[in-house]
Amino acid sequence: MSTKFIKSKFWVEDIKEEMMAEVPISVVEPWQKDKELKYVGKPESRKDAYDKVSGTAEYTFDKSFSQIAVAKTLRSPYPNAVIKKIDVSEAIKNKNVLGILTPDNCKDNDWYSGTSKLLDKKVRYNGDEIACIVAETEQDAEEALRLIKIEYEILPHVTDLEKAKLDTAAKINDHELKPREYNRGNLEEGLKEADIIVEDKFSTSVAVHNPLEPHCSVVKWDGEKLLVFDSTQGIWAVRDTVASQLGIPASNVRVIKKYMGGGFGGKLECGKYTVMAALLSKKIGRPVKIVLDRKEMNQAVGNRPSSVQELKIGAKKDGSITAISHNAYGTAGAFPGSAGCSWPARSLYKCPNMKLVDTTYYINAGKDRPFRAPGHVQGTFAFESIIDEAAEKLGMDPIEFRVKNFTAVDPDWNGPYTSKLLREAYIAGADKIRWKENRKKAGFGGGIVKTGYGMASQIWWGGGAPPSYAILKLNWDGSAELVSGTQDIGTGTYTILAQIVAEVLEIPTRKINVVLGDTGVCPFGAMSGGSMTAPSVGPAARDAAEKMLSKLKSAAAAILELSEDKLEYSEGVFSSKDDRSKTADFSKLFGHFREGVLVTQGAREANPEGYAINTFGAQFAKVDVNTLTGKVCVKHVVAAHDIGRVLNRKTLNNQFHGGIMMGLGFALLEERVIDNYTGKLLTTNLLDYKLPTIIETPEIDVIIVSEEDNKVNNIGAKGIGEPAMIPTAGAIANAVYNAIGVRIKDLPITPDKVLNALASKNN
Amino acid sequence: MIQISFILNGKKVKLETDENRRLIDILREDFSLTGTKEGCSIGECGACTIIMNKLAVNSCLVLAGQLIDSEILTIEGVSENGKLNVLQENFLKYGAVQCGYCTPGMIMSIYALLLKNNNPADEEIKEAIAGNLCRCTGYKQIIDAARATADTDMITDLSQ
Repeated sequence: MSTKFIKSKFWVEDIKEEMMAEVPISVVEPWQKDKELKYVGKPESRKDAYDKVSGTAEYTFDKSFSQIAVAKTLRSPYPNAVIKKIDVSEAIKNKNVLGILTPDNCKDNDWYSGTSKLLDKKVRYNGDEIACIVAETEQDAEEALRLIKIEYEILPHVTDLEKAKLDTAAKINDHELKPREYNRGNLEEGLKEADIIVEDKFSTSVAVHNPLEPHCSVVKWDGEKLLVFDSTQGIWAVRDTVASQLGIPASNVRVIKKYMGGGFGGKLECGKYTVMAALLSKKIGRPVKIVLDRKEMNQAVGNRPSSVQELKIGAKKDGSITAISHNAYGTAGAFPGSAGCSWPARSLYKCPNMKLVDTTYYINAGKDRPFRAPGHVQGTFAFESIIDEAAEKLGMDPIEFRVKNFTAVDPDWNGPYTSKLLREAYIAGADKIRWKENRKKAGFGGGIVKTGYGMASQIWWGGGAPPSYAILKLNWDGSAELVSGTQDIGTGTYTILAQIVAEVLEIPTRKINVVLGDTGVCPFGAMSGGSMTAPSVGPAARDAAEKMLSKLKSAAAAILELSEDKLEYSEGVFSSKDDRSKTADFSKLFGHFREGVLVTQGAREANPEGYAINTFGAQFAKVDVNTLTGKVCVKHVVAAHDIGRVLNRKTLNNQFHGGIMMGLGFALLEERVIDNYTGKLLTTNLLDYKLPTIIETPEIDVIIVSEEDNKVNNIGAKGIGEPAMIPTAGAIANAVYNAIGVRIKDLPITPDKVLNALASKNN
Repeated sequence: MIQISFILNGKKVKLETDENRRLIDILREDFSLTGTKEGCSIGECGACTIIMNKLAVNSCLVLAGQLIDSEILTIEGVSENGKLNVLQENFLKYGAVQCGYCTPGMIMSIYALLLKNNNPADEEIKEAIAGNLCRCTGYKQIIDAARATADTDMITDLSQ
């Protein structure tokens, strides 16, 4: 037995997971800091870049089959209603309409933790699924949807968070969500000890993922077997949901994801559309494609919950924080979800006394889904804003105040971190943006356009965990194939896995093919979320490659009739340490084998016991605020982070630039708007829901202060997808305050809010 | 139904189709040119950008009737015999690609710019792709790739 089972415990997207994992007993040592690596860390171009720049990359959106039919969904125009009667007789008259699913003929399957059905007669938001029609063309399906006659009993609704808190609010579910409370020490005592207390209230909008490729699936039955192409971050979640929804063996469902146009958390779970398409496809005996339009994307497939955050901090004159109170509430839509956002307050600084309460209220709107650092993005904005307020009240520099409250251990349970270079990040970032020279007192500058500087810190998990497995196949010609059931959603997984295998086997990455995203051929691999992928699957790939090297060495020793310790290996060739003429390359080795391919399986090792595993960083922003128009222009962002080892500088830069731009969008532009009177979504397209463009792009510098983390896993790397975005909005908000001397406490910071704030300051 | 003929990626094509069909659907469905992507369907995201009569346009906003006698270039027409064009090479080299869904549209917008201006200022590059949304990568590397291409002799490459 070279593996054993353990109970793997890890944090993913704010939830503590515990699952059994098969891990290697003999653990591969991480590469030493001073070891010069040939492939890992190098800025290799993406393995999939040719396909993407040439237009040949086939996304799920591009997938088609002969005889394919198109499905479209009918969604509720009302935010809260009960369907009394559905009449489809007109809709199915057109011969091009092939099939229809309604609550009347659809399986009565539970959805949203049993609070709803796949198709439910109670609809709880504008956009809730009612029926699904499959037809020859999209136009046929859309026309047929309009002919469905429905009798609704319209119920009172609530879409306003403040109203949802009241006892008089319309009832959406037969239960309320329980608040989450965290206590450490004694808050009241901590506040009594404090020399200064600051108190403030912040809020953030609901933001929507809006990946460029819409959510879509293409399904095809082959007898009892179902093939699903899905734009997904989690092929296993889709496979298992589809199998259980359809009541068929999981082995009969094969989910494939090749190329995918973004996810950001919204595509981690299986959508109703995939299940509906599979049911309709079975019914009509033809392949079916279902694609959500941009309105559906904004209504029905997830969002970042809103937040209202009441914060209070007590500190002594010397700067040490004595107490933190965080009372947060928000909405995660009409079904069970979480608007919790107090993690940064819990974990960023040393503080003996705190009380944190997170409450989630139902409203008649689409359900939340994890969105790039759930809770942390909105939580960090508010918490790092009030940290700045406390620093100002104490007359301390914001960085000095943060350093004063630095904690070398996880403040929750006092365990050491595998690494924490947050102070180094402060120094590197401050140096790059010339913090000391440039940052003036808040509101100091004259003129119409005022410049300000701000910063914010970041904490997240991201160390990865088992289970994740990889199979490596080495061919007779020295080429190799790495197979793992994770996904590359654009982040560069194909590329970094090839680099890791290349490093161990000393063969060029162009000879390594990486196969991901296929439940039919891959062993289980991590979902593409939680900044988990690289640090979970990367070590499994290395383990598989090291096992391959051992296997080859054993074969070479037998063929050369030497003991293994007399052999050395370099770039595909084993040679005798004593006699250089005795060599065996791949072709010589394989000449002695019956098979033309050798296979090993690697597994992600267990995480180290007794350590907290986190990523850290700080971002610094320079902004210009036009005091006449209220427009905020971000001029420069410096990101300095501790993320362990850099696997590929080029793909790392992509992740950081993208994360910072998404953080900038959250800070300044993005906001889902629902009309509270009708309960209808107003931001139904990319004109009304504003994404940042090149025009908003600031100068960006990315500094990695860590060389490696030699405790975290065998590649010394941590995830970066979420850390890249977490502190951006907080840094921008603090910079806006520094520019104009008045704090905007509600995101996004739109021109109207800036102008109103300036007006109230001047009065 | 109307009969139309136009030049598609250098070849004359004929087609009988409904007047109200969008160019993006004609490209993807009738010619299997799926490199042109759809993101928003209202001309906001630029994922479906192609070059029509030497100008970058959103193919979701062009109807069949407008195609008559036009010259259309899609991402598939940019590379030849599987060999990438210098602009595509630079997207690879400068890491201007992440999920890649916006990439064909980005390339077509920059390509159109370089067709009329082989030495654009950075501001002109920014303006050329101001209508192309990217949700993954941000835009810095895309400017780098465009800049590097403008600094080479891409224009001779294009005119071949």
